[in-house]
Amino acid sequence: MPRHRLLTLLAIGTAGGLFSGLFGVGGGTIIVPLLILWLAYGEREATGTSLLAIVIIGTYGAIAQSLYGNVNPGNAAVVGIPALAGVVAGAAVQQRIPERLVALLFAALLVATAAELIF
Amino acid sequence: MDYVAAGALGFVGGMLGGLVGVGGGVLFVPALVVFLDMTQVKAESTSLFAIVFVAALGAYRQNAYGNVRVRDGLVLGAFGLAGVAGGVAISNAVSGRALELMFAALALVIAAQLVRRALKPPAARARAPGRP
Repeated sequence: MPRHRLLTLLAIGTAGGLFSGLFGVGGGTIIVPLLILWLAYGEREATGTSLLAIVIIGTYGAIAQSLYGNVNPGNAAVVGIPALAGVVAGAAVQQRIPERLVALLFAALLVATAAELIF
Repeated sequence: MDYVAAGALGFVGGMLGGLVGVGGGVLFVPALVVFLDMTQVKAESTSLFAIVFVAALGAYRQNAYGNVRVRDGLVLGAFGLAGVAGGVAISNAVSGRALELMFAALALVIAAQLVRRALKPPAARARAPGRP
């Protein structure tokens, strides 16, 4: 892997992890747009690759927080099991819509997130 | 306690994961706080735990569609550890409000760039060098 590409991935991974550690989410909010803007990923590839990175980044945080007794597996199942059906459906829908619509949906999500943080 | 509403938000969070490649935590956390009466820290931690499984299934499905660059994803995940450690440390040192406002500004800048890129004509949408 070329050095520049490796350094860019390092920067994106660190930024995603930072965001995950700061706000307790997976980091996809940062990883997806940076893959698109910095490494010229297609939107679908960016979202698929982001999910793989989130599995690893989320595992660090989940392990650390479970040591503090902050994880409630029963409640995780209440939101997580329907979410498993949701992610399969969402990925299937994503293959049938134009990539630029994926980008615009993501931009809308960012604006909603910003609004939630400000207010 | 409202398990049906929490599950419904969970489903929508998962949809979001499949559609735009996030874990769904943006909806899991409020679902856990509002409908299952959890504190913010416990909700974020529990959400993270759920995200791992949701993202794993999502990555598996996206890989079947040919949308995962496995090596890049593994590199991103490996480098993420330093970021997570840094993020946890910073969140304990800096005011939460300052962080929220900083991130909100960053999110708006990124959103503007994504929209600008998406509205360009297709030919102008650059492709990665060396891409197959």
